[in-house]
Amino acid sequence: MKKKLILTLFFITFLTNSNLAYSISPDVFIQSTVNRASQVLSENISREEKINKLKLIAKETVDIRGVGFYSLGSARKNLSNEQINIYSDLFEQYFLKSFSSRLAEYTNPEIEVKDKEVLNENYTIVKSILVSTSERPEIKIDWRVYTKNKNNPLIRDLIIEGLSLARTQKEEFSSILNSNDGNINSLFKKLEEFSNN
Amino acid sequence: MIKFLKITFLFFFLISSALAGSDGKLELSKKNDSTKDCFETLNRATFKLNQGLDKAILKPVAKGYRSLPAPVKKGTSNVLNNLSTLITIPNNLLQGDIKLAGINTGRLIVNTTIGILGIFDPASEMGFPKYIKEDYGQTLGTWGVGPGCYLVLPVLGPSTIRDTGGMFINVLGGDPYYNISVNGNNEYLDGELFAVTKILSGVEFRANNVESLDNLEKNSVDFYASVRSLYTQDRENKIKNIQRGSIEVIYKEDSDWEEIDTR
Repeated sequence: MKKKLILTLFFITFLTNSNLAYSISPDVFIQSTVNRASQVLSENISREEKINKLKLIAKETVDIRGVGFYSLGSARKNLSNEQINIYSDLFEQYFLKSFSSRLAEYTNPEIEVKDKEVLNENYTIVKSILVSTSERPEIKIDWRVYTKNKNNPLIRDLIIEGLSLARTQKEEFSSILNSNDGNINSLFKKLEEFSNN
Repeated sequence: MIKFLKITFLFFFLISSALAGSDGKLELSKKNDSTKDCFETLNRATFKLNQGLDKAILKPVAKGYRSLPAPVKKGTSNVLNNLSTLITIPNNLLQGDIKLAGINTGRLIVNTTIGILGIFDPASEMGFPKYIKEDYGQTLGTWGVGPGCYLVLPVLGPSTIRDTGGMFINVLGGDPYYNISVNGNNEYLDGELFAVTKILSGVEFRANNVESLDNLEKNSVDFYASVRSLYTQDRENKIKNIQRGSIEVIYKEDSDWEEIDTR
């Protein structure tokens, strides 16, 4: 009986510790992600190769589906399952192209994580700076990290000098929908055109 | 007579700002802090015109400006910043920030004298806090005036009815540099010099944002809407005097994020 108890205790301790070992702090997650991206950007490879590598990093570290739903605003509530699937695929292609080609403009960016602010169980804002160079001043970059799964945090927004990329995207999509009487197909068409160009 | 016309114009702008998009109730309050695009068709046309002017004139000039030697660009930027403190100081006072008004007055005196008309910035080297510009649009915002409708002004670019009203205050006596150079009777400053400094401010802004605007245009599905969103966010941050943005200001309804569960 005593042996059984000891064994049970050992398993509980082992499982708890292993769970802790795999949970990643949002600030560590961001620093490691930016280090990976920075390494790609400083590599002596073609722009296309850089973009492809950045796309892989974005797929692993950004909650693309979540960002897509946020960008759609209240319109997401009126979509059928089929439309949601079409939108999710189109948005992923659009996002990966837009995000990676924006990042590819930078060469060897040095980002330092400075602080973090836990908003609630699901979200933490990680505060960082893009270190200044002789050509540009220091830039403040905040990351909204989705922490519902502690073992696999994901980025949901980038806030550059107080300007949110997700909000900008949301207002952009809303403008397209408003100018087309809320027709979701008009947005699908725009996203498709962007990805294919 | 001209002054009367200007005041009438300003009054019209602010009243339109309060009423635009409302159901008849006066909404000149903090509750009405969202920007509506009441004149979207006209705004998009003006935006297109501005893009044409930008491609033909402003962008090439800005690129030329960038090729000037660094000390010339730094000196120009310093002079323009120094002149802008003339608008910032009254706005610090109107926003009730007497301490900051004092600091900026000190900065203006130091940089105009020791810094030779603002070409150099000894105030920063002496440890003055980082300079943050303020304008009458921001002051109206802090007083609770909503932005009203979004406007794209020919040549000048994105604005709102409130911010355009703020610009009118400059020429109604709110900008001492305008008063001295345009209305003042002196042999050193005139309207042309005032216009040159305003054009230089535009060129300097464009020169600092060549890559970021190109990048934004290339990666937007609706460039007009992206610029409108970024302008609105920037003004909201400036009115709240937030350098880094805050969740409440950025997202307005943070609950929208909470609803999205992808796990």
